[in-house]
Amino acid sequence: VSQWALYAVSGCVWFAIGMWGLFAQRHLVRKILAANVAGSGLFLVFIAMARRAPAEAADPVPHALVLTGIVVSVSATALALAIARRLAEVGDRNDGDDGEAAATRPELER
Amino acid sequence: MMDVPWLAWSVVLPLLGGALSLLAGRHAGRVAALSGLSTLGAVGALVAQVARDGVIRHAAGAWPVPLGIELRADGFAAVMLAAIAAVGVAATFYALGPLGPPAALARRFIPLWLFGWGALDALVLSADVFNLYVTLELTTLVAVALIALAGGRAALSAALGYLLFALGGSLAYLLGAALLYGSHATLDLGVLAGVLDGRPATVVALALMIGGLCLKSALFPLHGWLPPAYAGAPTYAAVLLAGLIGKAPLYLLLRLWFEMVPPALRPTPGLLLGALGAAAVLWTSLVALRQSSLKRLLAYSSLGQLGYLFLALTVGSDEAWAGAVYLLVAHAAASAAMFMAVGVIEGRIHDDRISALEGLARHLPASFFTMALAGLTLMGLPPSGGFVAKWLLVRAAVEAERWAVVGVLVVGSVLAAGYVFRVLKVAFRVPSTAGPGPGRDSDAAPPGTSPRGAVALALLLAFASVALGVAADLPLSLLAGGPR
Repeated sequence: VSQWALYAVSGCVWFAIGMWGLFAQRHLVRKILAANVAGSGLFLVFIAMARRAPAEAADPVPHALVLTGIVVSVSATALALAIARRLAEVGDRNDGDDGEAAATRPELER
Repeated sequence: MMDVPWLAWSVVLPLLGGALSLLAGRHAGRVAALSGLSTLGAVGALVAQVARDGVIRHAAGAWPVPLGIELRADGFAAVMLAAIAAVGVAATFYALGPLGPPAALARRFIPLWLFGWGALDALVLSADVFNLYVTLELTTLVAVALIALAGGRAALSAALGYLLFALGGSLAYLLGAALLYGSHATLDLGVLAGVLDGRPATVVALALMIGGLCLKSALFPLHGWLPPAYAGAPTYAAVLLAGLIGKAPLYLLLRLWFEMVPPALRPTPGLLLGALGAAAVLWTSLVALRQSSLKRLLAYSSLGQLGYLFLALTVGSDEAWAGAVYLLVAHAAASAAMFMAVGVIEGRIHDDRISALEGLARHLPASFFTMALAGLTLMGLPPSGGFVAKWLLVRAAVEAERWAVVGVLVVGSVLAAGYVFRVLKVAFRVPSTAGPGPGRDSDAAPPGTSPRGAVALALLLAFASVALGVAADLPLSLLAGGPR
């Protein structure tokens, strides 16, 4: 197996594990971590796509895309963690817990 | 004057307004108004340019395509930009009025929305699979922040649910884009459209991209995360979510399906998506009929309306495409008008339950008239924009002999009539004088007055959704070329 195929295939496996975690895990922080695992696998696939003929330098475009992708992924993770933290604070204080909130909560953590 | 790059300005002006509004302190509202109106002007000029010259391209920063970012405006983009600008300006002024966020929150809301507007315009003008991903992700982040803006546990958990589902969708989309780049070494939509074939790698890539977008647009059966988000968001934000931001993944789906997916690969997945779309129309409309909260009813109604777009994918002709685009635009105006009217009602009775609307039409006639007018588009009755959209879809379906599609369109319209009339019936009911029930004395006018500006803006958008049916020639002429 060539090196780039190894990277590409393991990236896809990594991605699949992350996606499974995103939908199957119940805990919010685990879901956020799972999204990052999937993202890392995805970036590995992108890097593998940069291969060219052995003598040539790698294609720089996928590298640039991965950099942008990392920026997007860090922003989304930061936003998710901030909301999860606020949610934990609201939950701990346990005030203003109206019926609708109680109804949507288990749905989210399923 | 001829060569002004209006397409660049329609992205730059809202972004500039967003940045300035962060610095403007208590003048942020004026910056937002100015930025919104100037964006509307730039988009108007761009639409005129597209109508005259056809497709317009602009290499940002004068970098040519393989390295730089090309903005591209065709008829589809022009129609979408015009809808975003018109609904966006109305929603901006609505949010700047008394039904908008309180002053402390407004400083966060205004930059957020203006950046979101810039991202929407950039999405519509992008012609490259990766830029489309970035701009789509920006609109998602803005949507999540808008939902969480007012705080409260219901809104926060709805925002997080929205973010996690959207993240799953965009990761799948991006993996598809990586595979496409790996096998074709380009990300340009136009170039890809010419070279895609039935190779397994291509099929997997397209399936990941389309599947990711279906997840992001809350297609049945993975739609449960969307209604809590629309119902939990502040109403001035729900106007933007239902009217504009929720349309972003659908726009992208129409672009990819009709412009990039090779016709030979369409039949089987088209049938699957059409079946899910039909299920979405029927199921979510039935669920809408049973809602007790007005905002949730509208959220489920939005889910049902988007199901029609997937019917267009299965029919697949140019006429079905035009119908889908028209539905997107008409529903943008109608759903924004509906949520604006809900905001007016909430401002008076502070109650979201449909049963609390009893007899209210006498005191808020303009707002319920707004709902009735916008309801015409949801039901697809003439002379509304929704009627033109469904007319195009039905004609395309008859031509393709897809009778099931025609059936779903008819049943969906009847169900929509059911939930619209259910709300109106309660509102127009004359409260019985014999033995007042417990709770509010529904004969007395609720205290306070409704802000005239907000009432008028809602009515204006509702009229716009009807005007799209009366004056369909101009938008349809922009779509006459069909998908590229």
